[in-house]
Amino acid sequence: MSEADHTYFDELITAATTRLVGDEVLLANVTGERTDFIRLNNNDVRQAGTVVQRRLAVDLIEGQRHVAGAFQLTGERSIDDARLTALLGQLREQRRLVADDPYLLFNTSPTSTERIEAGSIPEPDAALADIRAAGKGRDLVGIYAAGDTYSGFANSLGQRNWFQSATFNLDWCFYLQADKAAKNLYAGFNWDEDAFARKIDWSNRQLAALERDPINLLPGEYRTYLAPRAMEEFVHLMSVYGAFGQRAHATRQTPLLRMIADDATLSPLITISENTAEGIAPNFQSAGFIRPATVPLVVDGQYAQTLVSPRSAQEYGIPTNGASNGEYPESMTIAPGTVATSTVSEALDTGLFVGNLWYTNFSDRMACRTTGMTRFATFWVEDGEIVAPVSVLRFDDTAYNLLGDQLEGLTDETEVLLDTSTYIERSTMSSQLPGALVGAMRFVL
Amino acid sequence: MTDLLIESSQLEELLRQALPTDVDYASARLVDERSEHLSVRQNKLEPIFNDFDTGVMISIWDGGGLGYAATADLSASGLAAAVAQARHWASVTAGAMVTTAPPSEHAVGTYASPVEVDWDTLPLTDRLELLQQQSRLLGIDERIVDWRASLVRREVDQLLVTSGGARIEQRFRFVYPSLRATANEGANTQIRTFGGHAFCGQGGAEVLGRYGFGDAASQIAEQALELLTAPNCPTETMDLLLAPDQMVLQIHESIGHPLELDRILGDERNYAGTSFVTPEMFGSFQYGSELLNVTFDPTVPGQLASYGFDDDGTPAVRQHLIDNGILVRGLGGDVSQARSGLPGVANSRASGWNRPPIDRMANLNVEPGESTVEELIGSIEDGVYLHTNNSWSIDDSRNKFQFSCEFGQRIENGEITGTVRNPSYRGISRTFWRNLKGVADANSFTVMGTPNCGKGELNQMVGTGHASPACLFGDVEVFGGEE
Repeated sequence: MSEADHTYFDELITAATTRLVGDEVLLANVTGERTDFIRLNNNDVRQAGTVVQRRLAVDLIEGQRHVAGAFQLTGERSIDDARLTALLGQLREQRRLVADDPYLLFNTSPTSTERIEAGSIPEPDAALADIRAAGKGRDLVGIYAAGDTYSGFANSLGQRNWFQSATFNLDWCFYLQADKAAKNLYAGFNWDEDAFARKIDWSNRQLAALERDPINLLPGEYRTYLAPRAMEEFVHLMSVYGAFGQRAHATRQTPLLRMIADDATLSPLITISENTAEGIAPNFQSAGFIRPATVPLVVDGQYAQTLVSPRSAQEYGIPTNGASNGEYPESMTIAPGTVATSTVSEALDTGLFVGNLWYTNFSDRMACRTTGMTRFATFWVEDGEIVAPVSVLRFDDTAYNLLGDQLEGLTDETEVLLDTSTYIERSTMSSQLPGALVGAMRFVL
Repeated sequence: MTDLLIESSQLEELLRQALPTDVDYASARLVDERSEHLSVRQNKLEPIFNDFDTGVMISIWDGGGLGYAATADLSASGLAAAVAQARHWASVTAGAMVTTAPPSEHAVGTYASPVEVDWDTLPLTDRLELLQQQSRLLGIDERIVDWRASLVRREVDQLLVTSGGARIEQRFRFVYPSLRATANEGANTQIRTFGGHAFCGQGGAEVLGRYGFGDAASQIAEQALELLTAPNCPTETMDLLLAPDQMVLQIHESIGHPLELDRILGDERNYAGTSFVTPEMFGSFQYGSELLNVTFDPTVPGQLASYGFDDDGTPAVRQHLIDNGILVRGLGGDVSQARSGLPGVANSRASGWNRPPIDRMANLNVEPGESTVEELIGSIEDGVYLHTNNSWSIDDSRNKFQFSCEFGQRIENGEITGTVRNPSYRGISRTFWRNLKGVADANSFTVMGTPNCGKGELNQMVGTGHASPACLFGDVEVFGGEE
């Protein structure tokens, strides 16, 4: 259906362009999906269904004045034409009442692109059968989401961009009891029963480790290994609060404020990039700018560049690098280190192995001091061997410690982590992160 | 784009005709949303954004299976395709379901937000000028490095019809005002806000006056500046007085979520989490001190999550959840109540037409006590008075929490003695509320709400209402930011 949606979007905007008045410019973005969802609890289905949605957002510009709007496309051309015409009329009326926007910037050099990632996804009946067979005898809880997603950009200057992919994402736990669970994720473009079986096998082995009696650790500092999923939770918080965004940087709201105001640094082992080329997010943004393959954000522990949206580019007089208005990485990578992933428990020696962090937030945002919980599989390791699972702990520590003074090393392999978020629509964000070996991490509750 | 779909008898007839009669239960839930987003940043208008979001969810329970299909195609053929899709899912999931009992209610009724002053009597030019005025009141000092004034107006019309004869029409009108001032000196940045997680509700333009939107800008700008020179919050175990706009968060995270029956039933374990509350606690567990009375009350006029019926069609009524400290009832809708055998409320809610209903908080309120705020402050020898949440974190069973606030006031020997910055506190839900030692009276009782509560797989964001007076807790671990 995505190919049809591609054509539909193109024709809809082409027709709307003919109805523009005077020197008007139209920017249009569409995001859509046809997703099958299966929600499971105790290896049974809680809810299952299909969502089809196509949201069209437009920005109607005349000179430096503009007003924006959005609505759901029905897929029925006469209805959608009429709705778009009505919306443009409303925007035109409102535009008379607004002043010039000094920060308006859109791409006026049309660069059309197309990227289509085909996939092989089983029919939902078959997927459900596979999942329940794998979870037989287990307390499997989670969500399966699969189907086409797409994003498109078009403007009245003739630019067309399209990005679509067919993906699946099974995000699940095998629960043992209370808060003890083996969390896992199987996501991709092509459902492979052997690969799925390996994931299930990993979960079963981790579940076995969780069967040992848990221990309760007292608050204090512990040598810690943060697995890639735990790292994702930690750096994601920084990202969405503007750690790498130009506006947050310029207005002194970045969580990494001490790096620009106090000459603080992260460890020289830390190199962070926005790596659109290796992600699954569109390589264009809503004003039509094409994103570079990579943008270095932190290099060897030092601030490098920020993500600059078109509005920030105008406001601060610097070039945009294709960032969205939120100015956060959508395809973040942290460069790997030299700690052998296969023997990371030996490198940890004695300490905490943290598989997942949960519910991170700032206890002092401007010091990048973050709190959060351990969750799912967290183990106490002695002499490189798992001794016992650990009951949940609250940490409270700064990025300047965990990714700075206390960072002993990063694993030599990174893990590709697809964002499982489905708020409003399925996310196309991803990250590629190593694990981190931390000399001392502060736990408080 | 202004015709009200909910008034289309033709569309209602299409929905009714689309519902199959040869299944155990079928429903069509139409959601038609319209919103306007206005924002002035640093005295400059940001692009106005008008959002329209319309669609239908078809749900079918049949033969022990359940399926849903959500579509924005409201034509007869579009609805027929959605019904066929939902039917298919019901057949696929038959025999594999957690529960086979569909919602039991088939009510008929209406609800409409109380509106005193129609939003459209405030023309767009006036709305923009109001924001410009507030923006100018925020940018009062060169140390205010960023500031913003915003207004969101949202209208949601819903129509639920079921194969059992239900017809529920609800028209919601929401207003979300917000202000933000960011002050900076060197490596010290302090942010003070208004609105955001607390001051929003149902109604028309009168909502702005209800929360004092026109008077708040100067105060938050001045307080942001004041925080730049304030000392760090002390680190010690002390009394903690929480203002109503922080009680919103405290109630939400450490009473609301733990009492959700779908968490207790395990549905959320892979994402939002489980609960330290277990089924046998209902009826006997001492959740808090005897001063703690908590109600689920969807009948409060103008509160953010007031409604007449939940999204499964269950009539919504006021219920006590915690009565003089004892846990008596959970937050679970018709389906969760049937699964668990526990008493619940009408709180099966969906974030939109494209998401299925799950157990959510609605209005969850702490009932007022008998002390004045001044009496509570006067009773404190050593403590802090905290306002406006800016950080929240809690474990997956909603037990170990840590919360931070924008603005703190030191209390010593019964008097407020100064302002403190970066205040935080931590505790454990299971025991925290037992240290509730003062509840302010109705003069302090403030009806509020928070627009962004995330939960569910697939993920859903909904608004929840919380009303509370200021509350005093003893022996709390309080601390400040990084030196």
